Amino acid sequence: MSVGPDSRGGFFANDVGLRRAAARLCALFMLGLVALTVCPPQTGASDLNPIRFVTPNGLTVLFLEQHYLPIVEVHALVKVGSAQDPPDKAGLANLVASLLDEGTTTRSSKQIAEQIDFVGGSLEAKASEDFTTASARVLKKDADLGFSLLADILIRPAFPKQEFERVRTQILGEIVSDNDDPGQVALKAFHRLVFHGHPYRWPVNGTEETVSKITLADVQTFFTKEYLPNQTILAIVGDLTQDQAASLVQTHFGSWKRGSPPLRTTRKPAPVERKTVHLIEKDLTQSTIILGHAGISRTNPDYYAVTVMNHILGAGGFASRLMDSIRDKQGLAYGIMSHFDARLMPGAFMVNLQTRSEATNQAIAGVLNEIKTLRESPVSDQELADAKAFLVGSFPLRLDSTAKLAQVLAQVEFYGLGLDYFMQYPKWIEKVTKDDVLRVAKQYLDPQHYVLVVVGDQAKAKVRQ
Amino acid sequence: MRYVPLFALSILAAFFLSAHVAGAALPEPREFVLSNGMKVLLVEVPKAPVATVQVWYKVGSRNEVMGRAGLSHMLEHMMFKGTAKYPKGTFDRLIRKNGGISNAFTSQDFTSYFENLAADRVELALELEADRMQGLSLDAKEFQPEREVVKEERRLRTEDDPQSSLVEVLFAQAFMSHPYHWPIIGWFSDLDAMTLEDLQRHYDTYYSPNNATLVIVGDIKVDALLPTIKRLFEPIPRGPNPPPVTVTEPEQRGERRFVLKREAQVPFVILGYRVPNYTSQDSYALDILESILQHGKSSRLYRSLMYEQKLVLAVGAEYGLMQADPGLFYVYALVKPSQKVEAVEEALTREIKRLQAEPPTEQELQRAKNQIEAAYIFQQDSNFRHAMLLGEAETIGAGWRKVGQFLDRIRAVTAKDVQRVARQYLIEDARTVGTLIPLPPRNQHPAPTSAQQLEQ
Repeated sequence: MSVGPDSRGGFFANDVGLRRAAARLCALFMLGLVALTVCPPQTGASDLNPIRFVTPNGLTVLFLEQHYLPIVEVHALVKVGSAQDPPDKAGLANLVASLLDEGTTTRSSKQIAEQIDFVGGSLEAKASEDFTTASARVLKKDADLGFSLLADILIRPAFPKQEFERVRTQILGEIVSDNDDPGQVALKAFHRLVFHGHPYRWPVNGTEETVSKITLADVQTFFTKEYLPNQTILAIVGDLTQDQAASLVQTHFGSWKRGSPPLRTTRKPAPVERKTVHLIEKDLTQSTIILGHAGISRTNPDYYAVTVMNHILGAGGFASRLMDSIRDKQGLAYGIMSHFDARLMPGAFMVNLQTRSEATNQAIAGVLNEIKTLRESPVSDQELADAKAFLVGSFPLRLDSTAKLAQVLAQVEFYGLGLDYFMQYPKWIEKVTKDDVLRVAKQYLDPQHYVLVVVGDQAKAKVRQ
Repeated sequence: MRYVPLFALSILAAFFLSAHVAGAALPEPREFVLSNGMKVLLVEVPKAPVATVQVWYKVGSRNEVMGRAGLSHMLEHMMFKGTAKYPKGTFDRLIRKNGGISNAFTSQDFTSYFENLAADRVELALELEADRMQGLSLDAKEFQPEREVVKEERRLRTEDDPQSSLVEVLFAQAFMSHPYHWPIIGWFSDLDAMTLEDLQRHYDTYYSPNNATLVIVGDIKVDALLPTIKRLFEPIPRGPNPPPVTVTEPEQRGERRFVLKREAQVPFVILGYRVPNYTSQDSYALDILESILQHGKSSRLYRSLMYEQKLVLAVGAEYGLMQADPGLFYVYALVKPSQKVEAVEEALTREIKRLQAEPPTEQELQRAKNQIEAAYIFQQDSNFRHAMLLGEAETIGAGWRKVGQFLDRIRAVTAKDVQRVARQYLIEDARTVGTLIPLPPRNQHPAPTSAQQLEQ
């Protein structure tokens, strides 16, 4: 949750005028765009030689040795997320993740906080749609403590009753508070409509109704069934030798008992069969608009062609057609982006923007027009070349910290992309042709059958139905 | 960039720990001053084949006048509209097709432009930055739509965000005569009143090499790069010396209070105390105090208001000692539904009073220092943030060298010092208290028809 006056007064924080990155837009973007963070190197890729091994209890370990700074990042990915929440108890995976560091059989909630804070480290756990992550970041000298705390919260959480009640009430409050963010309100409504009847339809943190129904027994059962070493990927990046890393894994995770992970089925969301408009009234000066429909999964072979196509449409920042048309030419928005939220199951395609209430219809028409144009004629040679050059060339920037590296390694493993993925990605992007872009635009964009959500002052917006 | 951690200040403090953290120190920047007065700070970081190029101008909303609030930020937007040599659209396209990312940000004290890109493309960024330092084309046809974009930005960031709105009023109340009074992005009426001539004058006054600092951090070779920098930037003539900001805010004598009413879900309360900046010895103890209050789940505010009393959805404190002029130390809380905003304000005040009544424990003090030290090493992970630290220290007038003593001073802070500054500065007479009172929705939301129907 983004709260507080952090847009003023702080060191980085008083950049109210940051030109491009609209905070809310980014928040929207981050909610689903897991797969796009897995973007590989053009240069520097050969320097990345992670090793992979599986321990006797089934834990998959990826290790990347980096001695540049005395830092150790340990990042666990458990293959369970909000998509596995029981339908009437949406928010369960998130509640379980939120309780991991609230007490274990060996440490109280307070002890965990004091131990990690005293060494200036961080310890975090959070659920997303497809998986849950828990990570520890410490100085090299505190590596043993980092592993110890992370293992403790993953293997031995105690779920004390009083912490359960407190954290659940906290989450319920956050759900209410989310309603002050028009982007959140719009996204929740959009997901409910695009993913109707599908596991992705609820927000990760659930709804007031479903979270109220979750019991402590639900939490314990979910944890016992899902948190297993053979359902977990552990990515370690930092200032350790391979022997040290292996030994830390053995010491802290060796006793974790293997189990039988539940079987997973994947589903496609049903197509949006008719244009669906959903208006939400709020006393605001801007309309927050989301327009879109179902998209693709991360493992779809068209992923790379779609990535290039989407870059040209609206993911490419100031180089994109949407930004050029809606922002630069018409002055209708501070930010506008399109996303293909590629997950384990097909996620959503969406365009989102904010514009002054009176300009709502003009902006929507502009978006639909760009979608149509992209389906009707090939992109220019220059657009294609520029998009590919950016996607391939910007890789090293996406792996420029240990935390990012650890996340990407874990996700490459999770989506089964293979450790040679870092070498392959530029080739896959380079292969995309103008015909591919036109083909995937026709196949995966639909300007007729879509969901449109508008949050704002409806009397001024006067959305054409 | 609201997603950047709030404890960035502690990171700044920690940056200068290098002498104490064996094996963790990056090399000091190499400093050069070009013949036209432009300062250049270069750091070789061969970790990955990338670099950040940042140009910092000593101009922000602090350098504006009444009636033209937001001019610095508006000019920042216009800086992407092209020059004679690189017409509109060329800048972004060139950077992106070279795999780079470019952006800019404006604050109260500075405006900064950056390119993050592969280290072998640094020259391209330098060429583009040198070009627009002198040759910007300010065109009315570009200005009109861009002004609308900035107004959308204001609606997005402030107008439609209850908490940001409260912070905006807080500054307007806490500073009466100093330009920290107005928001960086400006008021709507000021944006409407702005002219192309205003922009041109601002550009001519502040965008010159002698008012700028170039910072590059990454996989570069200083000796190879310096001749390029000289070739590109030294031909730019020195500009006028910009007028100094002479306003000092008068002492505050008595608490100020305000209420903001608007449609919202939950109340929000903020207490802003007038405090000194980096030029005061007391800033180090205030920095430690901030860490004790808000850093981590074992911090006082989290422990007390979130964990024990269960009063708030979020709570924090923030102090920006790296400001050109004295600013605010503020504590804030987002009130939990069913809790009273008055009770939350009392709880915040109680934590301040506790620090005044007795010094923090030795363990708390040591924890704050450890956090600062660790943050120092973690932040070296990012060239961008490393360069920002240098650029800001230089731009606000502290100078990166002077700040080199900062860490020793942090280390020297005692528990008694923390208590002393809490007593001296965090007092009722020098604070402004703002409360957001949520109004119920003007209209009931229409029944969420389609969603619910589809669900069944």
